Formats: sequence, C-alpha cells, structure tokens
Amino acid sequence: MSQTDLEIVVDDPTAPEDDSPSVVSSGTIEILVCLLLLALAVTLGYDNWRTGAAWDATGPEPGYFPFYLSVILGGGSLYGLIAAFAAHRAARETFVTRAQARRVMAVFVPTLLFCLAMQFLGLYVASFLLISGFMRFVGKIALWKSLLTAFVFTAVMFVTFDVAFDVIMPKGPLEAAFGR
Amino acid sequence: MEALGLLLHGFAVLLTWKTLVLMMVGLVLGIFVGVLPGLGGPNGVAILLPLTFTMDPTSAIVMLSCIYWGALFGGAITSILFNIPGEAWSVATTFDGYPMAQQGRAAEALTAAFTSSFIGSLVAVMLITFLAPMISSFALKFGPPEFFAVYLLTFCSFVGLGREAKHKTVISMSLGLLLAGVGMDTVSGNLRMTFGSAELLRGINFLVAVIGLFGISEILLTMEERLALRGHAASISLRVVLGVWRDLPKYWVTLLRSSFIGCWLGITPGGAIAASFMGYNLAKRFAKEPEGFGKGRIEGVFAPETAAHASGTSALLPMLALGIPGSGTAAILLGGLMVWGLNPGPLLFVEHKDFVWGLIASMYLGNVVGLVLVLTTVPIFASILRVPFAAVAPMIVVSCAIGAYAIQNAIFDIWLMLGFGIVGYVFKKIGIPLAPFTLALVLGNRAEDAFRLSMIGSGGNLKVFWSNGLVGSITTLAILLLFWPVIDGLLARVGLTQRAKVAQS
Repeated sequence: MSQTDLEIVVDDPTAPEDDSPSVVSSGTIEILVCLLLLALAVTLGYDNWRTGAAWDATGPEPGYFPFYLSVILGGGSLYGLIAAFAAHRAARETFVTRAQARRVMAVFVPTLLFCLAMQFLGLYVASFLLISGFMRFVGKIALWKSLLTAFVFTAVMFVTFDVAFDVIMPKGPLEAAFGR
Repeated sequence: MEALGLLLHGFAVLLTWKTLVLMMVGLVLGIFVGVLPGLGGPNGVAILLPLTFTMDPTSAIVMLSCIYWGALFGGAITSILFNIPGEAWSVATTFDGYPMAQQGRAAEALTAAFTSSFIGSLVAVMLITFLAPMISSFALKFGPPEFFAVYLLTFCSFVGLGREAKHKTVISMSLGLLLAGVGMDTVSGNLRMTFGSAELLRGINFLVAVIGLFGISEILLTMEERLALRGHAASISLRVVLGVWRDLPKYWVTLLRSSFIGCWLGITPGGAIAASFMGYNLAKRFAKEPEGFGKGRIEGVFAPETAAHASGTSALLPMLALGIPGSGTAAILLGGLMVWGLNPGPLLFVEHKDFVWGLIASMYLGNVVGLVLVLTTVPIFASILRVPFAAVAPMIVVSCAIGAYAIQNAIFDIWLMLGFGIVGYVFKKIGIPLAPFTLALVLGNRAEDAFRLSMIGSGGNLKVFWSNGLVGSITTLAILLLFWPVIDGLLARVGLTQRAKVAQS
C-alpha cells in the first residue's frame, strides 16, 4: 500500500507522551470509590431508616425499598473494597498518567468555569467564552478562527433553541441589554 | 395481518413533509455524532433530546430514532477507514474492515457494512412489527407482581449474564435504583434522601444523569487519548454498490445467522457488543477457510455489523411492548417518551396507536433513507474528522449543558450533569458498567411501585411472586439468571456444558 492512499491525516500536537509517569493506580481509585460508595450507602440507609423502613398498616413505609437497596449497595461496596485490596497487592495498573491528567484537566477546568460563568453571564455568553477560549488556548487555533467559530456556534444555538424551539436558556446582562 | 394494516396506518402518519424533513435532519445529525470521536448513539440521542421538547411525540421520536440509526451507520465509517471503533460493538468490524481498506477495498467494505446494518435492522424491525403487538396484548394481563417479576428478570440477567465483575454490576444497579428514589415518594408523598435540599425535591432526572455519564465523561476520556488520525479517504461508486449487492445471496447464511443472534441478544439484555462478537466468531467458525478472517474477508464485515444492528434495533422491542429497555440507548429513548408524557409499556399500543405505528414505520423508512444517505455522502462525513477536536469538545460541552438545563429549566441540573460526568469518567476507567446504572435509574420508580403494590396486595407475603404459574416462572428464571455463573460452574464441573467440553479437550 502506498502512502498516497492515506488521504486523511489529522495530527495531535498536544498528544500525551507515552512514557508519562503514573499519577495514581486504578487499585487506589477503586478503593477510594468503594469507600465513598460505602459512606453513601450508610448515609442513605440511615436517612431511609429515619423516614421509615418497616411496615405499617398501609404496607411498606417510604424508606423500605431504598433502605434495602442501601444495604445491597453497602454489601457490594464492601465486597469491592476487599477485592480491590486483594488485587491492589498483585498488580498496579495505571489509572491516569501525568500527561493524561493534564489533558483531562484542560477540559474539566474550563467546563467548571463555564458552569460557574453561566450563572452570572447567561448560557450564550459563557458558551462563546468557553469555545473561543478553548480553541485558542488549548487547541492553539488562530484567534480569528476561534472567535468566528464560537460566534457562529453560539448564534446557531440561540436561533435554534430560543427562537425556533422556544427552549428558554439562562440569560445574563448582555441579553438583558438587548431586551431578551 | 392486523399488524400490516396498522403499519400502513403508521406510514400514513409518518409521510408528511415535516416528519420527513425531521427524519433527514435526525439521520444527518446521527451520522455526524457517529463519526465524531467521543460521541456515539446514546450520547448523541441524550444530547440532542432537548431539540425535540417542543415537538409532538411522533415527530420527536422519529427524529431521535433517526439520530440513533444515523449514529449506527456513522460508527462503521471510522471503524473501516481509520481502524477506530466509535462504539465497542464496532470493534469486530475493524478486524476485516480495516484490512479491506488497506487493500484499497474501502468502498467495498463500507458498502458491506452499511448494507448488512440495513439487513440486520430490517429483520429486527420486522420482528418488532409482528411480535411487539402480541407481547403487549399478552402483557395487558399483567398485574403488579408480574411486572415486578419482569423488572427483576431484567436486573438479574444484567448481573448474571454481564461480562463485568458481578459486584460492580450490583453496585452500579443498586446505586441507580437508589438515586431513582430521591425526592418525593409518589405513593406516600414523603420526602426521601433529599437532606433538606429544595433542589432534590424534584428528584434526579434520568436524562441529566445520562448526559453527564455519557456526554461529559466521554469528552474527558477522549481527551485523555492521542487524537491523531491516519486513515483512508473513500467514495463509493454505484458499480461497487451493485457488485456487493449482487454477491449478497452468497452470504445469506451468515446474514441470517447474524440477524438471529442479534435479535436474540437484543431482546434479552445481552447487548450489541456480545452480538457482534458472537456473529463474527460463528461466521469464522463455520467458514470454509477460517484462516482468511482478519485479513480482509467481506463476511468478517457482514457478520458483526448485521448482528450488532439487529441487536440494537430489537432492544426497542421490550421497551415498546413492556416498558423495559433492552439497551442504554433504548433506555434514553424511553426517558424521552416519559418527557412527552407517554407511558411506555403494553398500554402504549392501545392508547397511542398513531405514535407506536408511526415510530415502527419510521424504523423502516429511516433505515432505507439512512442507507442511501451514507452510501452517497461518505466522503463528506469522513472529512468531518479533519475538524480539530479542540473545536468539537467545547461545542459538545455546551450542547450537554443546554440539554441538561432544558429538561427542567434548572441551573442545579447543570452541576448535577458535571457531577455525573466525573462519576461516569471514574466508573468507566475502573470497570463499573454504566448500562445497569442507566437502566436502574429509568426503571427504579416503576420497579418500586410494582413491588409496593404487590406487597400491599398480598399483605406483605413474598409468596405473591410465586402465586401463579406465570409470575412464578418469571421470578424463578430471574433467580436462576442471578446465580447463573454459579450454576454454570456447577454444570461445568459435572461436564454438562460446552465450557466443560472445551476445558476437557
């Protein structure tokens, strides 16, 4: 097969390095998740017990079904915890490498800021900032392309949801200035 | 015969310009999400669901189901041209599809994939047409114990037959069932698991959870990987299409066998992944020259694609007839039905005939239109991959946020979506399956109501689940499936199963 057959090539200049060191092992995360789920099971179980997990004259009380589900969740988590401890000693599989974590954070942090900004600036302004900022700073795409893409996408969303389909999105001061 | 008459009525409901345009829009959007890395059928349907909120239910479900068909078709493009399976069920397609593309037979492989997808879906839709009304009319005789037994059967089969570690499936399912109970108890009006939060009074919306679990988590996972692509461009000529179609009768056994496997595993919650691999393995096993598989054999594309699509489509059968989704995407579609005030299950066939038969008719038409569309537009959709992921990722995040907010007009839901995004990312990485969680979240309240009504009716006696032959056999089957790994092990020990024979040989 000649190389000319390869007609679609997309490079990833910010790809994570293959030899990046591990930040945390899967076993550690499994233990952590099981502990959190166990705590959740205890909390929810207690709340359902308080609500009423027994029988009264009309049948099962409101907490009956979820209480026993909390017990099952707790049992599953406890088993998972023991299994994770046992497996943890045997193998140390990587959950995420440092380079991967950096890339995940490069999406997660802007998403978090977007959710925060949406409450004050409205969805469309926050979307414009997220898309243009992400394209420019994470994707290293030319500023004009980033701004134009963000503007076009946000405008299409606005027309589609707010105008065509009457799905009203959170608004901020900019939309208020335009009377929306 | 009655089904055929109703199906024709369904086509009459469907054949309006508005619905046809929505069908095309759905298919294009579906192929788009199928081709884009980090998206797929369930994610695409969940994210684009808000677009349909203001539509009438028939138009909405037609558009959503077409997004689903489109995504299924789109997945094959990346599998064959780039060796990147968009979904786990496309993995088996890459075994022979990508080698075919490397040999300069990309157009042939794509035509084979699209055609077999079409055939698999067609067989499954025919099954739905004739079987769903029968099952639903039978299910009309069900009372709360029978319904709870069916829910139990679904949950137990996920645990017993799933590929993941059993305790992880149990964790996923019980968590989903618990979260479904958050908010106001529908029977007593009491508040449960709200901890004084006014926001949790509404409960945790299933779709918000799905958007986070599938949409946001997938973006995080995709970003983790190297996003460089190197693959083949392809355009499909009429000559290649006709050539593949002319040879189809040669492979009728493979197509029929894969369709059967797919339908079987779609109706039982075996899933499309198991179906595609089983279809591929059986095609290889029964082939005259099995050594050719993996090197670019066209049956290696036909078999998994037919099985996967038959499975994905037939998963809608229990959803429509019983209100029990057979797959993650079927669960999302079921969530959509509930948003529009429709109650999936046997009564749907009685109370909303237009809707049900319009949907079934759209499955036929959507597949035909989808097939033509993908065969003619492959180069355009393949070139979507040239768009940098840094532009696609934030757009998907914004679409997810719009989707999550639009369901209940609550900012809190956007935070909830983000939380579920993290949960989905961690769960996927440590092997806790998300499908049982999704299924439990959507069925939780119904299962609890059925259980409580059964128990109230019987005065708290669990024997109600063995009170007649029907409910008794379903409950017993559920328990057998729950302990299937143990039973299978015991059978293997006494040499009664295939596993034992393989081990002995």
